[in-house]
Amino acid sequence: MTTLTAGRVGLPAKYLPVLVTGCLLAAMFVAGGIRYEGFASGQVILNVFIDNAFLLVVAVGMTFVILTGGIDLSVGSVVALSTMISASLMAGPGWPPYLVVPLVLVIGSGLGLVMGYIVHAFDIQPFIVTLAGMFLARGLCYTIGTDSIPIEDPAFTAFAQSRIDLFADMWISPSVIVALVVVGVAAYVLHYTRFGRAVYATGGSEQSALLMGLPVGRTKITVYTVSGFCSALGGVLLSFYMLSGYGLHAVGMELDAIAAVVIGGTLLTGGSGFLLGTVLGVLVLGLIQTIISFEGTLSSWWTKIFIGMLLFVFILLQRLFSARSRR
Amino acid sequence: MRRLVWPAVVLVLLLALNLFFTPSFFSIEVKDGHLYGSLIDILRFGAPLILVSLGMTLVIATGGIDLSVGSVVAISGALACLQISQDASVFTAVTLALGLCLVLGAWNGFLVAGIGIQPIIATLILMVAGRGLAQLITDGQIITVNSPAYKVIGGGYWLTVPFGILIVLGVLAITAFLTRRLALGLLIESVGSNAEASRLAGIRARGIIIMVYAFAALCAGVAGLMISSNVSSADGNNAGLWIELDAILAVVIGGTSLAGGRFSLGGTVLGALIIQTLTTTIYSIGVPPETTLLFKALVVTAVCLVQSPSFRAKVLRGRGRTAPPGPAAEKKVRVSL
Repeated sequence: MTTLTAGRVGLPAKYLPVLVTGCLLAAMFVAGGIRYEGFASGQVILNVFIDNAFLLVVAVGMTFVILTGGIDLSVGSVVALSTMISASLMAGPGWPPYLVVPLVLVIGSGLGLVMGYIVHAFDIQPFIVTLAGMFLARGLCYTIGTDSIPIEDPAFTAFAQSRIDLFADMWISPSVIVALVVVGVAAYVLHYTRFGRAVYATGGSEQSALLMGLPVGRTKITVYTVSGFCSALGGVLLSFYMLSGYGLHAVGMELDAIAAVVIGGTLLTGGSGFLLGTVLGVLVLGLIQTIISFEGTLSSWWTKIFIGMLLFVFILLQRLFSARSRR
Repeated sequence: MRRLVWPAVVLVLLLALNLFFTPSFFSIEVKDGHLYGSLIDILRFGAPLILVSLGMTLVIATGGIDLSVGSVVAISGALACLQISQDASVFTAVTLALGLCLVLGAWNGFLVAGIGIQPIIATLILMVAGRGLAQLITDGQIITVNSPAYKVIGGGYWLTVPFGILIVLGVLAITAFLTRRLALGLLIESVGSNAEASRLAGIRARGIIIMVYAFAALCAGVAGLMISSNVSSADGNNAGLWIELDAILAVVIGGTSLAGGRFSLGGTVLGALIIQTLTTTIYSIGVPPETTLLFKALVVTAVCLVQSPSFRAKVLRGRGRTAPPGPAAEKKVRVSL
C-alpha cells in the first residue's frame, strides 16, 4: 500500500509500475520466508542472482530492443550458439578462453547487427526478422554438433567455479559481478547518454523522433546489436554455469527475457520503462523458481501450472495497483 | 490481391524445386478409392497448421498475438484421447475437448480485453500453464487410443479426399463468409486499428477481442484433434510444440501486419502452405536434418525480403542503374544472412 501513498504525494506516475513490482517482490519474499524454513536468508537472494545472472544480462539487451518498440526472439538461440561455439572451440582445436570469449561476443553482436540492419533498411517486422535469426542460430548449433560438448579448459572451469566471499558466509559467483556491471553500464547508457534518449524517443514515436532529427535508423540497428552482444555474453555466463555447450540450452529463454522485461513495467509498445524494472522482473522469475524448489514435491507439470498461476497473479496485482492509482 | 502475388510466386518456386528433384512430384493417383500424391500430402499434413494460422490471423488482425495455441493443441488432443480411453463416445470426447478449448480461448480474451494485459504476456501465461495442464491430463504419459471413428478426423477419407483437408476447407469457408460477407471482418479490422476509437464508435471491442481469442483456441483445438488422431495418441509434452511460431510466420508471410488493422485469409493459407511445402522439400531434396533450421531461416528471410517494398525498391533501383537484376538480388540476400 505504500506505493499508493507515494503516488499521491506526487511521485511521477512513470515510476509506479517499477515500484509496484518492487513491493510485490518484497511481499513474495516475506511470504516465502514465513512459509518455508531457511528461506529468509541473504544467501537465498544471492542464489537467485547466481542462478539467473545469464538471464539478467539477456534481459538487459531485450530491454533496449523493447524500449524502441521492437522485439528480439533470437536471444535464446544466440545464447545456445555462444555456448556451442565456446565449447567446441575449446574442446576441438583447444583455443584458449581469452580468444574464444571475445570471438563469441563478436559473433553475437554481428548477428544482432545484421538483424537490426534488415529491420531498419528493409522495413520488415522485427518479430519475423528475429524469428528467422532464431532459426538460423539454432540451426548453426545443430550444424556444429547435435550432442552436448563438455568444457574442460582448466582456466575456464577455474574461473567458473571460483567463489567470491562476502561477509557472514555469503558468496557470489564471478558471473554475478559481470551481470551487475552490465546492468550498471546499461542503466547509465539508457538514462544519461544521448543514445539512451534516442532509444526512448524512437520507442515513443518513431515519426516524431525522425522529424526531430534523431538518428532513428542508427538507434534501431544499435539496439539489436546491443541485444546480440548481451545474448552472447549471457551465453558465456551460461557456459560458466553449465560448463558445457549444447544446442538445446536456453530453449524458450526469449520468452523468459520478454516476461522479465514486461513484469518490470516496460511497455511492449516502446518508449516507457526502466532498466531497474527489468532487474526486478528477473528477480521475480528467479524467486518463483526458488519457491517451487522449496516446495519440493511438485511434479514437473505442476511446476509449469504453478509458474503460470504465479505469473498471472503477479501481473494481475501489478495491473490492479497501477490502474487504481492512475485514477 | 496484388500483395498475394509474391507469396504465390514463392510457393510455385518451392514446388518447382521439388519437381527438379522428384520428377513424379505433381502426379496424383487414386488408390483404393483414396487420393495419393505429394501435393495431397502437403495439404493433409499442413491442415493443422492452416487451421491454427486461420485463428491466429483474426487475433493478429485485432492487434494481438496468441502464443498459447501450441499448448491448446496439446490440451485438446490429450483430453479427447483420455475420454476415448475411458470408453466415452468419440462425439462426447470431441465436444468436451473443443468446449475446453473455447473456455481457454475466452480466458485469453478476458485477460486481454477485460483486464488489459498485453496480449503476448496474457497468452504466455496459458502457454506455460497449458503445457502443464496437458501433461496433467495425460498424467505425463503418452495416451494411445484405438478408435477407428476417432482416427477419421486426422487420418480418414471421405469421397476419396482426406478428411482433414475437408475440415480445413469447411472452416475456411465459414471464416471467409463471416468475415468477408458480413460486417464482422470490418469490425475486427476496426478494433485492430484503434480499439478505443472503435469503442467510441459503438463497436463492442471487448466482445470482439474475446471472440477472436476463443476462435483461435477453437481452431487450435481442432488442429490438436487432427494431430492426435493422425497418430492415434496424445503427447502432452510435444504435441503442437512451437506451432505458434510457424502460425505467426504463416500469417505474416501472407501479408497480414502484426500491428493489426487488416488481414488476409487467402494470404494466411498461402503462408501456411509455403511453410508446409518447405518442410516437405527439406525431406525430399535430402537436406541433412541438422541443417533443416538453417534452410528454413534462409527461405524465411528470402520470402520476407522479396515481400518488403523498400527491398524491392532498392533492388529495382539497382537494376535501373548498372547491375543486372539477378545478381543484384542475390547479393542483397547474401548480405542479409
